[in-house]
Amino acid sequence: MAWTWFHRLASPPYVYGVAGRLSPWFAWPAVLLILGGLYGGLVLAPPDYQQGDGFRIIYVHAPSAWMSLMVYTTMAGAAAIGLVWRMKVAHAAAAACAPIGASFTFAALVTGALWGEPMWGTYWQWDPRLTSELILFFLYLGYMGLRAGIEDPQRADRASALLAVVGVINVPIIHYSVTWWNSLHQAPSVMRLGKPSISLTMLLPLLAMLLGFTLLFIALLLVRLRAEVLLRERSSSWTREALLT
Amino acid sequence: MSHGDVEVAALTPPIVARSSATSALGAAALALERDLLLAFRHPSQLVQPLAFFAMVTLLFPLALSPEPARLREVAPGVLWTAALLASLLALEFLFRDDAHDGTLEQYALSGQSLTTLLFAKIAAHWVLTGVPLTLMAPLAALSLGASPSALPGIFAAVLIGSVTLSLIGSIGAALTLGIKRSGALLSLLTLPLALPVLIFGARATQLAMSGGPVVAPLELLGALAVLGTTLAPLAAAAAVRISLE
Repeated sequence: MAWTWFHRLASPPYVYGVAGRLSPWFAWPAVLLILGGLYGGLVLAPPDYQQGDGFRIIYVHAPSAWMSLMVYTTMAGAAAIGLVWRMKVAHAAAAACAPIGASFTFAALVTGALWGEPMWGTYWQWDPRLTSELILFFLYLGYMGLRAGIEDPQRADRASALLAVVGVINVPIIHYSVTWWNSLHQAPSVMRLGKPSISLTMLLPLLAMLLGFTLLFIALLLVRLRAEVLLRERSSSWTREALLT
Repeated sequence: MSHGDVEVAALTPPIVARSSATSALGAAALALERDLLLAFRHPSQLVQPLAFFAMVTLLFPLALSPEPARLREVAPGVLWTAALLASLLALEFLFRDDAHDGTLEQYALSGQSLTTLLFAKIAAHWVLTGVPLTLMAPLAALSLGASPSALPGIFAAVLIGSVTLSLIGSIGAALTLGIKRSGALLSLLTLPLALPVLIFGARATQLAMSGGPVVAPLELLGALAVLGTTLAPLAAAAAVRISLE
């Protein structure tokens, strides 16, 4: 059966085992890529002709900002799967995503503010991308708040999943309305079509960091998913066996 | 719940009993009629958000300065912030009583589309809160120094924007059903989603006051209202079902 792998993902013990076996395969490459990317970005890459060394914070800021959106999308995807197929593991995955995403968003906000100080002369500028990032942070807080507010775990799963789906529909609307509201920030320069407008020695570490952060997210997600599954299945017999062996 | 509610509930048409014979639209009309009737028996619920709106508008001249030029500059922001907060305050009444006395459960069991019935409830809520707000906003704008020629634009912006506010709010109100002391959570869930309305509404108001073309932001507000009408009742119905599980 072509769908067997999908059905097996609904089984908590199976997912617990698989997540445990897979997480090092994501964690180690993530560590190597991030270390390599940091070395390339902070040491090898030349200083920017305008921003000097100040631009180097992009190696943390841009991947964090990228992850903040990607984690939200992943969370909403897992939540939708949980809603449609009533799959408990998918809800657990969505729940595991939220604190990671909120942390990346927070990191993007802090690094953005730190970058703003030398570039704009102020830590906070109401620039559309920072503002959308702040709103995204509130979306994460709302998701976690709703989950924490509902006592019945299954209701909490389904209600917060619905909120994540509503949120993911709204994220682009919010983003574009905020952009429409004000655009001070420079246009995105990494993925411009044709030849990239930043030099290869600057770009390669950035790409390494992007990939490294993505793998780091997957590794963290797998670890948190295991914890989440254990917490939810704490009264069943397989958890005892899994923990004692 | 006061004694009066029970009497009114007894007087209002029993939707459930007639459901087999009523069309979807007929049931929606009955739900709308019931909500309006119940609300008119409790006029204080109608007046409170309006009084709140007026109070918030009053805060700004006191906090900033009574100088007309300065007030005129901040008027769009003041108006829309006050409108957003007032509509948030009114959301509490949207589902709370009906969840308490089991009406929502009866709606869900009635065999009629819950989405349609909730759409009727949201429409009633808009008539009871959005329309009075729309009538009040031009007055508030006048008090903040808008010229009479700006009033049609402001009226139209609040009229269209408040539709979306009621629709978006219904999702948050439905998701927080059954949570004790949900006020802060409700605002955390609803406000980020309502930001586009705030942005386009304030922009329309600003353009109306400076004599510019109001059409573009009004059209965007209209687009949001259409999107909200299409999707929000579906999401609210899903959320109500989750709260009843």
